[in-house]
Amino acid sequence: MKIIVDQDKCVASGQCVTAAADVFDQRDEDGIVVLLTDNPPDDLAADVHQAAAVCPALAILVED
Amino acid sequence: MTTPVYPMTRATGCPFDPPPKLRELQEEAPLVKVDVFGKAAWLVTRYDDQRTLLADPRLSSDVTKPGYPSPTGEPPRKDGVGIGFILMDDPEHARLRRMVTAPFMIKRIEAMRPGIQKLVDSLIDDLLAGPNPVDLVEAFALPVPSLVNCQLLGVPYAEHDFFQQNSKMLIKMSATPEERAAAHGNLASYLDNLVGEKLENPGDDLLSGLTERVKTGELTRQDAAGMGVLLLLAGHETTANMIALGTLALLEHPEQLAVLQETDDPKVVAGAVEELLRYLNITHSGRRRAVLENLELHGQVIKAGDGIIFPNDIGNRDPSVFEDPDTLDLHRDARRHVAFGFGVHQCLGQPLARLELQVVYSTLYRRIPTLRRAAPLDEIPFKHDGAVYGVYSLPVTW
Repeated sequence: MKIIVDQDKCVASGQCVTAAADVFDQRDEDGIVVLLTDNPPDDLAADVHQAAAVCPALAILVED
Repeated sequence: MTTPVYPMTRATGCPFDPPPKLRELQEEAPLVKVDVFGKAAWLVTRYDDQRTLLADPRLSSDVTKPGYPSPTGEPPRKDGVGIGFILMDDPEHARLRRMVTAPFMIKRIEAMRPGIQKLVDSLIDDLLAGPNPVDLVEAFALPVPSLVNCQLLGVPYAEHDFFQQNSKMLIKMSATPEERAAAHGNLASYLDNLVGEKLENPGDDLLSGLTERVKTGELTRQDAAGMGVLLLLAGHETTANMIALGTLALLEHPEQLAVLQETDDPKVVAGAVEELLRYLNITHSGRRRAVLENLELHGQVIKAGDGIIFPNDIGNRDPSVFEDPDTLDLHRDARRHVAFGFGVHQCLGQPLARLELQVVYSTLYRRIPTLRRAAPLDEIPFKHDGAVYGVYSLPVTW
């Protein structure tokens, strides 16, 4: 699995953090997405896909 | 087919369901021209179409753009105090929105949980010590978000009453337009003063954060106060309506109420909140946009200068996404709902709204297990006419 995030598109809704806190975090100054790992373990795949699905800005791309 | 008129009315006896006409259109005419106060606009009723188009930059949230469907029939304006970035497009929208995103970060909102729990517990103490029956809207649903907003914005404790009274007046059914305007003016000038105080003595709150931007010249003091009003309005009636309407829906579905009464698992509670957001979708006036460039959907061309309305209430009841969509099922995975909208304008305050609802729904019915309606369902005044759906009052007893 490979994850790409687009910080310019991100609107800081934080839903990726709620869905997969081990993979996504937010910048302290404005809540914009920070990727903790771009290749997380397979057991987090469902959470990562959920994060991408609920991102309102379509700022998360997941390649399996 | 004659041109359907929007908004549409709910069926008698089904206060929690979207208008049946919306379901009919979703099945038979997912893209259709409707009549909105005498003007034509497109209505998009399927979940996938709503998400795709709400995330499309060819659609504008600027109410002054040609075609924007006015929610009132009056020509749209954007000079009102506190309107701000919700009616702007990127890049200006993004610039302003990013100034207020930090306080809504998941970890900062989560840090508010103990304070909100204390506040909710104390309001329930007051409820139990006060008159029975009581109107839950007045005694509980409105004070929760009002006091949370005080905490978020940094309103000093001594001024909470003033703040609550004026916030309440804005949405009171019996208030005259003059009373409403006066309350709005009171809050706007109050927030302007408060910004002035925070400029002198900044704290750890949202308004103090904005004063930093005033100091650097990125915002005027008036902009900062206006954003304060916007956030105050956006987070007050919406959350209050979810508390009261959610309680009513649960009282009408005792087996679902029992789920919340019997669990102490935060995941079950969080899931229940998502399902209630989906099922009730209180923003029942539809998201609205103006079309900037021609685009195509279901083989039809939507032209630049047309208006589009996305009724998220029916999007959240799309059977191709949510099985048996008209059933309230707190155990379903409802996280993909569009109750907060979708795209770059999706509700900024959603982490706070979720937290407030999680605390309320996991506390109120466990502390008052015998809570029940104190009036027949058909006598409860629903906000059919409101921009945000809910109940004007909810008499309860225990």
